[in-house]
Amino acid sequence: MNRYPTWLNLLVLLILVMGTLIAMPNLYGTVPAVQLAQADGNPFAEARVARVEQVLENAGITPEATFIQDGRVVVRFESTDDQGKAGELFRDAFSSDSNVAFTIAPKLPAWVRGFGLSPMSLGLDLRGGVYVLLEVDMDSAVESRLAAYEQDFAERLRDERIRSRVEINDSQINIRLQSAEDTEKAREIVSAADADLLIFDGADARSLRVRMSDVQIKARQDFAIEQNITTLRNRVDQLGVAEPLVQRQGVNRIVVQLPGVLDPNQLDEILTATATLEFRMVDTAGDSPGSRRYTGRGVPSQMLKREVVASGDQIINAESGFSEGQPAVFITLDSAGGERMLKNTQENLRKPMSTVFIETRRESVTLPDGSASYRTVKTEEIINTATINGIFKDRFVTTGLTPVEARDLALLLRAGALAAPVFKVEDRTIGPTLGQENIDRGFNAVRIGFLAVVVFMAIYYRGFGMIANLALFSNLIFIVALLSLIQASLTLPGIAGIVLTVGMAVDANVLIFERIREEITSGNTIQNSIHAGYEKAFSSITDANITTLIAAIVLFAFGTGPIKGFAVTLSLGIITSMFTAIVGTRTVVNLVFGGRRLEKLPI
Amino acid sequence: MRLIKDKPTIDFLSRGRRNIAVGISILVIIISLASMATRGLNLGIDFTGGILLEVKYPQAADLVAIRQNLAEAGFERNVVQEFGTSDDVLVRLPPQVGEDANAIRDTLFSVLSAGDPNVVLQRVELVSAQVGEELTEQGGLALIFALLMIFAYVMFRFQWKFAMGAVAALAHDVIVTIGFFSVTGISFDLSVVAAVLAVIGYSLNDTVVAFDRIRENFAKLRGVTPEESMNTSINEMLARTIITGVTTLVVLIALLLLGGESVAPFSIALIVGIIVGTYSSIYTASATALMLHVTPQDLMPPEVDPELIDDLP
Repeated sequence: MNRYPTWLNLLVLLILVMGTLIAMPNLYGTVPAVQLAQADGNPFAEARVARVEQVLENAGITPEATFIQDGRVVVRFESTDDQGKAGELFRDAFSSDSNVAFTIAPKLPAWVRGFGLSPMSLGLDLRGGVYVLLEVDMDSAVESRLAAYEQDFAERLRDERIRSRVEINDSQINIRLQSAEDTEKAREIVSAADADLLIFDGADARSLRVRMSDVQIKARQDFAIEQNITTLRNRVDQLGVAEPLVQRQGVNRIVVQLPGVLDPNQLDEILTATATLEFRMVDTAGDSPGSRRYTGRGVPSQMLKREVVASGDQIINAESGFSEGQPAVFITLDSAGGERMLKNTQENLRKPMSTVFIETRRESVTLPDGSASYRTVKTEEIINTATINGIFKDRFVTTGLTPVEARDLALLLRAGALAAPVFKVEDRTIGPTLGQENIDRGFNAVRIGFLAVVVFMAIYYRGFGMIANLALFSNLIFIVALLSLIQASLTLPGIAGIVLTVGMAVDANVLIFERIREEITSGNTIQNSIHAGYEKAFSSITDANITTLIAAIVLFAFGTGPIKGFAVTLSLGIITSMFTAIVGTRTVVNLVFGGRRLEKLPI
Repeated sequence: MRLIKDKPTIDFLSRGRRNIAVGISILVIIISLASMATRGLNLGIDFTGGILLEVKYPQAADLVAIRQNLAEAGFERNVVQEFGTSDDVLVRLPPQVGEDANAIRDTLFSVLSAGDPNVVLQRVELVSAQVGEELTEQGGLALIFALLMIFAYVMFRFQWKFAMGAVAALAHDVIVTIGFFSVTGISFDLSVVAAVLAVIGYSLNDTVVAFDRIRENFAKLRGVTPEESMNTSINEMLARTIITGVTTLVVLIALLLLGGESVAPFSIALIVGIIVGTYSSIYTASATALMLHVTPQDLMPPEVDPELIDDLP
């Protein structure tokens, strides 16, 4: 009696070994590091490592380790001094094609990295950083689209020589015309511009009302938020932050999480800045009045003409793909932009056209009297110059790019501007020293709490208490292993969840051991008592754990941010404790006490 | 080692004792509700919206001066308090309307640091009033939803009288724990809501374990009243109830003492909740089930009509 088959013993051992292995990267601690990512998103080749090492060697800095991970070069250092110096060197040497980011990296030996294992990721409250919740102004996203329609209709009607007055009123476009005849023509023009629009009769026969359909409004809102996320992500990458997180939350919100030390003012500028694009013809002859030289972002600078062919707010969509086997970017302009583009390409075949990236940002400045103020800075840079090879209007393709460049250009075009203004509704900044304090306090609490429980169990249940302690310890290993595996962020409430689990996990063993004691007291044999103890306690343990799990799941579903962290560790702890406290201890109890004649149990 | 002798026979549930317990519970609930209605809760900025700053000074901070400086800079409604040590200061302000967040942050920091470069801004939190409202609503919904789900589970596993008992115990725990925060004025933030939900989980854990034993004894012990049967069950589980309570409290006290000021409200909520929860799983849950005249038959599988069996071939 009370023997597990060998395979079951081995299975338990295997699970424990696996858990230990997965949890192991957490033992190594972290060191300061610098991360280089290729600006165009391509992975770095192995050769880059040698160049990086060369730069460091020339400066007399010895890195702790240098390697490529997920296509990025990671350089670890022994000290933040080295990290700082190296970061400067890298920015000088590689800024043309790389983004340089300061981070912390786990000090894993090469063979652990080889398994693709990584330690738990720490939440912002533990490593310091910024959490920003942005709300997207959905109304203005729709209104700006409506304004584009308004302008478009006015131009189309003018082109058809129909006299009209077009204006936006109460989320709809009112078109006022001269005659009933014109009204019918206008109706055709509007539905030709966009067949999905809803057209209603106006107050009399000489007016029309145009509305966006619910589907269009929804699509516009989704587009706005998706575009804003792409824009923000793109911008955040420029900040030199490793592991940024930009995510949609709910209907109209965007969460931005940036670990590490950041200047909150600089961050605000970057997040809420508005940017746009313009297409201009290159003034090849250099004789157009009002031409101006624009600098290039990684491309040659050009003299560009004054007239704007199309601007970014006319881009409805931009997507990368392939055209005739070549990587390409497909740009979709709205109808007004399309018409102008058509006219322009007809007149300017085989001439170069540039895409200009324009960004307006607010910078803080210190006035001569020492007080702080703000000024608006406008940057205009050419991101691409291409020769017009054919006539096109609202949809056109740019080729001659690598697949990654095409993807990035599309991204940049989409990300060129925030589709709708964003404003901050929540902002939490945690300094790095507080983060470290939180880690120290949290782990200290786990350590002391764990120790207290272990001592208590050993005294109260002696041999069986030690077995329960083994289970408790492996439970900790499993929680850490699972957290490392799913890469859920560990937060301070998360640590509290672990602490609580440590206290509650012994409950299952207390239930079992008390049962065994009862069985022995009521005169049962030792082996029968062990068996009955586990058997009878099982349903209580399951019921109790499931109800706690319900509370944890509700917490996860309703909770936000750090509270979710608590729900995650609590749920994981409940599940793993079921395994360690029941199967784990039973395995050891069976191995030690099972199948033998015993007079007494150390319980 | 034994904390208590093998078979304790403490009278928990006789009518007299039960009435005392119910009386105490009702009194504490009335105090809690009255305090919540009159004093309210010291809600954190998670719920009210506003600005919170944690600042570390190189030496003990002069709170009076800080309050005065803030008021002079236009932040009259400020709450300034020590946070853990006398070097650490927590400043809370109501939501600032219409002004640029950066400007506010810069002004605040320059007021608080008063030009001392050694002052460190540890943490800044800005929550808009709107987000605060949403979080309050979500927190309330979470509590109600958790109670409903648990009622459904206990009904499925036991029976409605037990489910009523369990939910009565949980409602009792939630009200008393939140009441404790109202009476003491300890900051009630989002983490406290999490703790209250964890208390629900824990207290229920206790209640269910007791119910499990009651069900077993209803089947095993014949010729005794439900009251005696339930009292025996509680006595049998007493060692377990105390040990689990103690181990959990021990780790929570470690968390309270070592975890730092920001987890203190969380630890306090759990400590209060677990003490109350342990009490309620003995009294509130069982007493409610008894008041609803729970009988062993409530938990038996439906008896098969003997005549039906006779008819079978």
